[in-house]
Amino acid sequence: MLKYLLGAAAAVALSVAPAAAQQKLKVGFIYVGPVGDFGWSYQHDQGRIAIEKALGAQVETSYIENVPEADSARSIEQLARTGHKLIFTTSFGYMEPTLAVAKKYPDVKFEHATGFKRDKNVATYSAKFHEGRYIIGQIAGKMTKSNTIGYVGAFPIPEVVAGINAFFLGAKSVNPNVKIKIVWANTWFDPGKEGDAAKALLDQGADVITQHTDSPAPLQQAAARGKFAFGQASDMSKFAPNNILTSIIDNWSPYYIERTKAVLEGKWASQDSFEGLAKGEVKMGPYVNMPPEVKAMAEATEKAIASGALNPFKCPIVNQDGKEVECKDALTDAQVTSMNFYVQGIDDKLPK
Amino acid sequence: MIELLPLILATVITAATPLVIAALGEHVVERSGVLNLGVEGMMIMGASLGFAGAVVLDNSYLGLAIGALAGMVMAGIFALFALGLATNQVATGLAITIFGLGLAGLIGQPFVGQPRPPIPALVFGLDPIVCLSFVLMVGTAWLLNRTRAGLILRGVGESHGSAHALGLPVLKVRLLAVLFGGLCAGLAGAYLSLIYTRFWSPGMTAGRGWIALALVVFAAGSVWRLVAGAYLFGAILIAQLHAQAGAIGIPSQFLSMLPYLMTIVALVVLSMAGRRGAGAAGSLGQPFVPDR
Repeated sequence: MLKYLLGAAAAVALSVAPAAAQQKLKVGFIYVGPVGDFGWSYQHDQGRIAIEKALGAQVETSYIENVPEADSARSIEQLARTGHKLIFTTSFGYMEPTLAVAKKYPDVKFEHATGFKRDKNVATYSAKFHEGRYIIGQIAGKMTKSNTIGYVGAFPIPEVVAGINAFFLGAKSVNPNVKIKIVWANTWFDPGKEGDAAKALLDQGADVITQHTDSPAPLQQAAARGKFAFGQASDMSKFAPNNILTSIIDNWSPYYIERTKAVLEGKWASQDSFEGLAKGEVKMGPYVNMPPEVKAMAEATEKAIASGALNPFKCPIVNQDGKEVECKDALTDAQVTSMNFYVQGIDDKLPK
Repeated sequence: MIELLPLILATVITAATPLVIAALGEHVVERSGVLNLGVEGMMIMGASLGFAGAVVLDNSYLGLAIGALAGMVMAGIFALFALGLATNQVATGLAITIFGLGLAGLIGQPFVGQPRPPIPALVFGLDPIVCLSFVLMVGTAWLLNRTRAGLILRGVGESHGSAHALGLPVLKVRLLAVLFGGLCAGLAGAYLSLIYTRFWSPGMTAGRGWIALALVVFAAGSVWRLVAGAYLFGAILIAQLHAQAGAIGIPSQFLSMLPYLMTIVALVVLSMAGRRGAGAAGSLGQPFVPDR
């Protein structure tokens, strides 16, 4: 009798457990790097943690890190198969694998970062990092004494090119004599090479360094020479506390929480999101190591961009050939995300 | 441009130093007839453990030593399989690289994003490890070409069967060579995380172990050609960055591939000249089992 009772209790427990679990929404993440990269993947993981904090018992999150782009379909499918109903794939190269897996699992919602192909159950999202670049451009324009700013780029893709243009327009708006020197590292992550690129720029007279690569090496090289630089993707203050001016911080938390809530409330729909300072997807680190008037200027610009009063790409935008780019009020999101030209005044050729 | 030269030279030397050290180690290993493709794995372990050690003990010099030892331990694992159990050296070396990349990331996890103060320069603005690399070059060239020990090592590499017949301890010589290679690779890795870029980040060796391996092939048996190759590689790497900053209008993709292109061109020229064969040791990569 006792055995029977125990058996029944166990059976009840078994049938209850999955029911309870089903009410929790499982949210999965695919990262291209390690969560400890202190940059891109790290910030996405901060977003995942924010979901858990904000929605607590309603959700359960998991992630797979270091997923190579070419071999990502297996990992994405693994998450879909293990009951994840919302999956964020956080690198450009996951685009096709995400779409392929999404076709097989129509009841699972997918969110792909920085891509441009969508489906009924695949949304895309990115952030207006160029807004932050305009602000640091202004700071650099004010801080430079040699009127030469060094820029370490990863690859000449639209996201980076738009960043360079926004940065230069910002610098030019406060310092008409400013010049920019650009070095392509042709890698997202190689601390040694990124640092060497920064050294080359410093050797050639740049006294403010900015970077669109992922490691703190360029910032650190600038600091070693007593020059200024900016942090990338996360607040990199601790690498050069006396030489960092500010950081552009990727902040995915608001978007991740909003989208997870949408699934919980059954309101999720495929869309394309491209937000910036206004919604808090792009944040600025503390403004430090600069005179108060430069800090005040940066804060005013940040507010103006967030409120919509200022658009870094407001018309007219003139390209290197001296021609005005087709433009109404300001460049459209589509024009920004496909940008493949330098603005007038940049004394360099865009590699194509 | 002239006033830039000393600065550029200093950058070239620091960029080439990890390559020089790791390649010198692997050169000795390959002279003894062993092919260890685990350089990248030993290097990243040196970078990770070296940095971790420096943070925990708050001493960058001890960190460099710990990094070198970490590389040596990895080399010991390689030796256990490739020499002790006579496994395939290529497969074992690759396994060491993959294992090292993973383990280094795991051990380094708590140390990501921690800063380290710089190590002061020793003489002429050169850091101690650069100075050590000069000693290492001369020492390796002398040991290999001017001493009895070097002769034995090269003899073991040329023909392990003959060396064994002469009563030379083939496996012991190879073990010492492999451990020395690991020590060098580990030190090169620790140089990356403690001096070259002063932080730890997973995957920060970014293929330098493979470049070191390529330099050994390029050297074709000569320490000095190896050193020249490493500095040439470093010089082109830095020159292309300067060319970009100077906006000379050559596509950056082309400039980026230049160091690799030059290496291939140099290899082709060398092999066309046809000097002393390919320069690799006679029994390179062949496992040695004493009782055979």
